[in-house]
Amino acid sequence: MDGFLSTPIGILAITLAQTLALLVPVLIGVAYLTLAERKVLAAMQMRRGPNVVGPFGLLQPFADALKMLMKETIVPSGANRYLFLFAPMLTFMLAMLAWAVIPVNEGWAIADINVGILYLFAISSLGVYGIIIAGWASNSKYAFLGALRSAAQMVSYEVSMGFVIVTVLMCVGSLNLTAIVKAQETVWFFIPLFPMFVIFFISTLAETNRAPFDLPEGESELVAGFFVEYSSMSFALFFLGEYANMILMSALTTILFLGGWLPPMDIAPFNWVPGPIWFILKICLCLFTFIWVRATFPRYRYDQLMRLGWKVFLPFSLLWLVITAAVLKLAGWLPA
Amino acid sequence: MIAALAFYLFAAILIASAVMVVTARNPVHSVLFLILAFFNAAALFLIAGAEFLAMILVIVYVGAVAVLFLFVVMMLDIDFAQLREGFQRYAPFGAVIGGILFLELAFVLGSWSFADSADDLRLSPNPGAGVTNAEALGRILYTDYVYLFQAAGMVLLVAMIGAIVLTHRDRPGTRRQSIADQVARANSISLEKVPVGAGVKELGIRRPPEPAAEPPRVTHDAGHGGHH
Repeated sequence: MDGFLSTPIGILAITLAQTLALLVPVLIGVAYLTLAERKVLAAMQMRRGPNVVGPFGLLQPFADALKMLMKETIVPSGANRYLFLFAPMLTFMLAMLAWAVIPVNEGWAIADINVGILYLFAISSLGVYGIIIAGWASNSKYAFLGALRSAAQMVSYEVSMGFVIVTVLMCVGSLNLTAIVKAQETVWFFIPLFPMFVIFFISTLAETNRAPFDLPEGESELVAGFFVEYSSMSFALFFLGEYANMILMSALTTILFLGGWLPPMDIAPFNWVPGPIWFILKICLCLFTFIWVRATFPRYRYDQLMRLGWKVFLPFSLLWLVITAAVLKLAGWLPA
Repeated sequence: MIAALAFYLFAAILIASAVMVVTARNPVHSVLFLILAFFNAAALFLIAGAEFLAMILVIVYVGAVAVLFLFVVMMLDIDFAQLREGFQRYAPFGAVIGGILFLELAFVLGSWSFADSADDLRLSPNPGAGVTNAEALGRILYTDYVYLFQAAGMVLLVAMIGAIVLTHRDRPGTRRQSIADQVARANSISLEKVPVGAGVKELGIRRPPEPAAEPPRVTHDAGHGGHH
């Protein structure tokens, strides 16, 4: 057996098994996140939410999936057929691709690469292509306007996200995600870097096109934005991609600021719980906040969105970067 | 063996997509092929062991530059017929210039050989095996070349400011939102806790005050210099 596992085919088989072991829970998480969002929103608006399909509505995601599958895929006659169908696949693929480097526990990453955080940043900056291509290929003005909005929005918020990541990296001294989590054994980074944590969280909202930054799909002015023309499975892929991105961004927030798989304190009742459970709990906390924000805040106006990104977050994160660097240098806390 | 196969695969796709950038009929397709070319170049960097450069290539070129490029190309209204009008006439010139460039490159590369002592002459020798890409780059960039690095940053900053100055138009008469004023305004909004199930009458909730007999007049000429 050992001999087989070290051959190229064996390595391929192991990687495939690892990928399945990671992606299947992620996909189930995506399915139930759609239900959780509706349930939480309903609770916040004093409604019941879905409760008919299965006990407590637990089978609702599967009913939705089945409905999507049964519907007809419509490609508009003026659309660019290949790109039109390629865009949702790209969105969904990118949302899955990023999970390759996420460490769920110490050593539990499919690829524990040296530039893990850069890989994540690269993949998340590609997400905008799915939306732009969808908007352009649909050959519809609403879809195109949504795509243009989204392109400008995601590029803007990536800048401040980059500075937040650089600040964290200065405190860690490595680009490796496992090293980032391990550097938080004494204190989780959201305490010393609290303002950056807030900026990062808000930027992830903008990056995933979630309320209050869901202008690309603003239904009151753009019908449904970049996916107006999509139906059936191609719509479902966009939908699932958005939720998978939410989970991914929550995982990233967890790794950068909330100590990844580490327990809150390294004492008896806390460190009995295995690391992956802590990781999942922290992701759930972030996701709950995502939904909470959606239930609370009205949508931003477009110029306010741009003002927040460029005139507030960018100078502030730059300033905090310089302050952090100065403090680390003067106090002699720079990692070796 | 697998690395060599991967290299030829990525290199072939890179060249094919580079050709498609030039020959694609639709400019948006051209940009998309350009992105594919960037990706394959990043893959080649990865095979060469330059993981940091590969990721930076994807982040900067694919994630930012090409997005803006695509953005602009999609909004341009390009007349394809006009674009291809002079193709027959200019093709020979293009071919000649391309041929000369290719020959020059071939001459340079054909006569190039490393000096025996090239390894010792390098300003920054290879770091050991345990040093990551990012660290190795940082050691050189922030020590030996720190002034050049800063100068490059200044050049980019000046270019950025120049672009903003050249394209900025100061439109008179626009009314801007002053968020600080809005936030500082007192008593503009209030929250009241009301028992569930009670109506407006039972609670005696204040209606919005009746508008004053004559609304205060808004003067537009106060803030903009006054004279036109």
